[in-house]
Amino acid sequence: MKRNSVLTKAAPIVSLSVLMLLWLFASEKELIASYMLPSPQEVISAFVSELPVLMNHSLVTVQEAIYGLLIGIATAFVAAVIMDSVSFIKSALYPILVISQTIPTIAIAPLLVLWMGFDMAPKITLVVLTTFFPIAVSLLDGFQSADRDEINLLRSMGASGAQIFRHIKLPSATEQFFSGLKVSASYAVVGAVISEWLGGFEGLGVYMTRVKQAYAFDKMFAVIILISLLSLILMAVVAMLKKLATPYLKK
Amino acid sequence: MDKLVAEGITVEFDGERIIENVSLTLKNGEIVSLLGVSGSGKTTLFNVLSGLCSPVEGRVLLDGEDITRKPGKVSYMLQKDLLLRHYTVIDNVSLPLVIKGMSKKQAREKAAALLPVFGLEGTEKKYPHELSGGMRQRCALLRTYLTGSEAALLDEPFSALDTLTKSAVHGWYLDIMKEIRLSTVFVTHDIDEAILLSDRIYILSGKPGRITDEISVDLPKPRDTLSDGFIEYKKLIKSKIIL
Repeated sequence: MKRNSVLTKAAPIVSLSVLMLLWLFASEKELIASYMLPSPQEVISAFVSELPVLMNHSLVTVQEAIYGLLIGIATAFVAAVIMDSVSFIKSALYPILVISQTIPTIAIAPLLVLWMGFDMAPKITLVVLTTFFPIAVSLLDGFQSADRDEINLLRSMGASGAQIFRHIKLPSATEQFFSGLKVSASYAVVGAVISEWLGGFEGLGVYMTRVKQAYAFDKMFAVIILISLLSLILMAVVAMLKKLATPYLKK
Repeated sequence: MDKLVAEGITVEFDGERIIENVSLTLKNGEIVSLLGVSGSGKTTLFNVLSGLCSPVEGRVLLDGEDITRKPGKVSYMLQKDLLLRHYTVIDNVSLPLVIKGMSKKQAREKAAALLPVFGLEGTEKKYPHELSGGMRQRCALLRTYLTGSEAALLDEPFSALDTLTKSAVHGWYLDIMKEIRLSTVFVTHDIDEAILLSDRIYILSGKPGRITDEISVDLPKPRDTLSDGFIEYKKLIKSKIIL
């Protein structure tokens, strides 16, 4: 068992290292032209030298992602509660929700910019649109998977609908909510960046379009890595919140 | 004095009769069991007594007051222990008090005072999955007791336990009943359990389920499953169960 768990922990480190070595090897031997694939050292030095600028831009992007995520959670929560309590509203809204997911984000982003301008509003809206669905669906599934017998138990105690929601449905949905939130958190940063590509003055997406136009591949790679890092941090925060919210899941 | 009375209860689901004209009486401080094979409508009857399910005919009285279709009047322990896994022991057992509008703090204090009586001292902060089967059952029983009604319905309360744990819990159960004097109807399909614990036994059988017999068990408690008297009762009951 112990040996196994050490292996499991070491595996991702090894695979990442191998990937890095391959990258290093490919750029050292110039298998790919250096202006197209910068070496890891170049990317790191670009990252360090651009750090102040990147930080300023990140601040904007992260704000958009978090505001969008928070509004997404709030609206998804309200929608899920309503759909859970009134079944005909669920039948009416659910198909629309699913269809809305087939519309690619990238297709609505320019529209949002046209409607809302170049400030934060269209970006936040896009993040809300991308994060809403996974959270709403996971919450709704969570509410509806609440144990019938547990609900009957509370009814037999004379509990009101609100009390049943508070003591049974909400806790039953917690785990699923966090699975949805994890997915949404990973979408949030990327969603904000994509909407910034299409117009704006600040943000990592704006920075990306600028360095792209300058063919600064090293900076491009640096910003991509930063975006991944930000998504990872956000996902880690979600994982931490989940642990705090579900103390009963630990052994 | 009659605590809980069911008068001529008939229940139908989708036109099919589940139980028909079932009447029973639970006196103050009595333990009565409802013995019947699976599918005889025991759980349905309990759902009616607890107010969760509406009968097409008949009514339920608690201390003479009509409580048909009124949940929250009698304490009901459902078939599974149904401890909420997201709450600690103390929050699980104090839940009925919170539902009735007591503050969380007060409810916890009241429940904590009873934990030792139910052999649950030191488990306040544990989660249900950390408890043994017997402890979970005692926890569910304490929660049922804290629902606060003087009449309780227990649906196969001990059926999930292994034989050894079961007999320990039986002994403990009789002791605690002496202390808390809770008038109880419990459902079982175990003849030994019915004779061991109850003052009277109703036999529910047939389709739709009817009360086909009522037997008073006149043996001093605690009872010995190997005594002649016990075996006599066992034979009597076996002869009366219609399969």
